[in-house]
Amino acid sequence: MNTVVLLKRVPDLVEDLEVDSSGTALDSEHLKLTLNEFDDHALEQALLLKEGGGGEVTAVALDSEDVDKMLFTALAKGADRALKITGTGAVNGTSELAEVFAQALGSVNYDLVLTGVQASDDIDGQLAPTVAAKLSVPCIEVITGVEAGDGSVTVHKEYAGGVLAEFEMTLPGVLGIQAAAQSPRYAPVSKVRQIQDSATLDEVAGAGGDNGKFSIVVMTPPETGEGAQMLESVEELIAVLDSKGVI
Amino acid sequence: MSQDVLVVAEHGQGKFDDITFEMLGAGKALAAQTGGACVVALIGGSDLASQLGAADKVVTVDGEGLENFNPESHSAALAAIVESTSPRVVMIGYTSMGMDLASALSVKADMALAASCLEVQAGDTVTAVSQLYGGKLNVKTDLGAGPCVVSMLAGSSPADAGKGDGAPATETVAAPATDGKVRFVRLIEPEAGDVDITAQDILVAIGRGIGTKDDIEVAEELAEELDAAIAASRPIVDSGWLPKNRQVGKSGVKVTPKVYIALGISGAPEHIEGMKGAATIIAINTDKNAPIFNVAHYGMVEDLFDVCEELTEELQDR
Ligand SMILES: Cc1cc2nc3c(=O)[nH]c(=O)nc-3n(C[C@H](O)[C@H](O)[C@H](O)COP(=O)(O)OP(=O)(O)OC[C@H]3O[C@@H](n4cnc5c(N)ncnc54)[C@H](O)[C@@H]3O)c2cc1C
Ligand SMILES: Nc1ncnc2c1ncn2[C@@H]1O[C@H](COP(=O)(O)O)[C@@H](O)[C@H]1O
Repeated sequence: MNTVVLLKRVPDLVEDLEVDSSGTALDSEHLKLTLNEFDDHALEQALLLKEGGGGEVTAVALDSEDVDKMLFTALAKGADRALKITGTGAVNGTSELAEVFAQALGSVNYDLVLTGVQASDDIDGQLAPTVAAKLSVPCIEVITGVEAGDGSVTVHKEYAGGVLAEFEMTLPGVLGIQAAAQSPRYAPVSKVRQIQDSATLDEVAGAGGDNGKFSIVVMTPPETGEGAQMLESVEELIAVLDSKGVI
Repeated sequence: MSQDVLVVAEHGQGKFDDITFEMLGAGKALAAQTGGACVVALIGGSDLASQLGAADKVVTVDGEGLENFNPESHSAALAAIVESTSPRVVMIGYTSMGMDLASALSVKADMALAASCLEVQAGDTVTAVSQLYGGKLNVKTDLGAGPCVVSMLAGSSPADAGKGDGAPATETVAAPATDGKVRFVRLIEPEAGDVDITAQDILVAIGRGIGTKDDIEVAEELAEELDAAIAASRPIVDSGWLPKNRQVGKSGVKVTPKVYIALGISGAPEHIEGMKGAATIIAINTDKNAPIFNVAHYGMVEDLFDVCEELTEELQDR
């Protein structure tokens, strides 16, 4: 089974996010990007499928700052091929991004497309079902288990309360991965360097963006209401616990 | 396009989820702005229609293959309802089920979409506020005049506003044929596990800030002193460090203890969904901008290990 993994870089939430003077975009000067954590799970799940039953894994990403390193890391982890989509410029939202990915997949031979269940900057919906709708193939979101079958996959979709639903999906199709069967593997820096010297990234010119149907009015930190009362010491914390009658 | 608001009901195993009534309440308020009706789309479970008294109208699609949620057949059914009702705004839950439906509808019916929404307003255009970036920023979008789709965060409106005794008119739309590419097999209930964290007075909840599996011990020692149970955010459970029955949040359980101590949890919307009902929330996090401080009653910008160790010692000495 040949699997394509769509990887997206998102703002690192560990850092402070600053809105620029327009009020409608993040200040790119202070922005640190990182791989969407759920995409990392999607890649891990793809590698596990390959290790279990063969086939190739292709990692696909849009050209952006540091994307080469991300793609080489995917190769170092065990992906067979990395494809960089170039020349699209900034892509505004999931719908545009999905269009670009869907066009690029025209040049790739795949059975299964995996990507993260969501990303923290998904304004206009999730990538997996949007790409699937554009490709006219089936899709299931919130997947925590994938087993390869003959021309199909059997998957577990997660509902609230830890309830799972099992589905069978005919391929080709798309899955939005919530969690891989194991934590995403780690690629040692030395191995990434080695791959960087020996492997190449494939490139394809991007096409098909520019169909976002929304505009951003304003981005603001959430209103905090009263906000938390900040405690300065463990003594104060003990006083709070005492006042709540739990110690 | 009509001025109606279409609310997509969510149900499983014979009952509606809270999100259905939350959206019905919000949908009625929105319909008052658009001047249209608040219509509920009920896919499968048409026998549940009588519980939707607050709606102006219920449109059902039912039949074989719709007993259980199926992304393919439910998407097709929703598309048929949207075609027949031609709403201005479609409201879908930002839930496991809604994630399958909303994006697919937006592409297939060529509608603008805003996801992860806290609120929606309609004037000349429809605007929505989405909670994004792990809860660190709210993004207000303009979706144009409509038609459009919004997917709503659980807990963004009170469920009570969506409950009522009326007897709405019911209409039936024929179930469209599908390719049968997605087949429902079965539901798997979670294992009960050792501790029921929904029944505890005090929870010590750990998040990714705990760093390693071995360090969970530090939180366990504190929990023991407090007579509390250990709960966790999703990454801790996904890493296999704690069993699933300890997970609080959207895909875990909802908890309402007297005291919830969040250690190294950022406060992503999916986590908040599960614990905002706690009577007292105390958050300890090294990031002063962590969204958890927006819902916490008390906060400490400190290293969780320093606080845990000192607190445990102090409690032992008492
Ligand atoms: C469909 C879906 C369902 C989901 N369901 C759930 C769910 O049920 N429950 C859930 O929790 N999540 C759920 N998530 C995941 C959610 O989006 C977040 O990824 C998750 O809640 C983050 O967990 P965290 O806060 O522990 O980790 P992070 O967001 O990584 O936060 C770690 C925090 O620890 C702090 N920290 C680090 N070191 C220290 C230290 N030494 N002392 C103090 N603080 C420290 C950091 O400042 C940071 O704020 C779901 C996601 C999706 C897409
Ligand atoms: N067939 C189903 N389709 C969609 N959601 C479901 C289904 N069965 C159960 N659920 C959801 O899973 C969660 C737990 O359900 P329960 O076990 O009935 O408490 C609830 O959010 C249900 O709505």
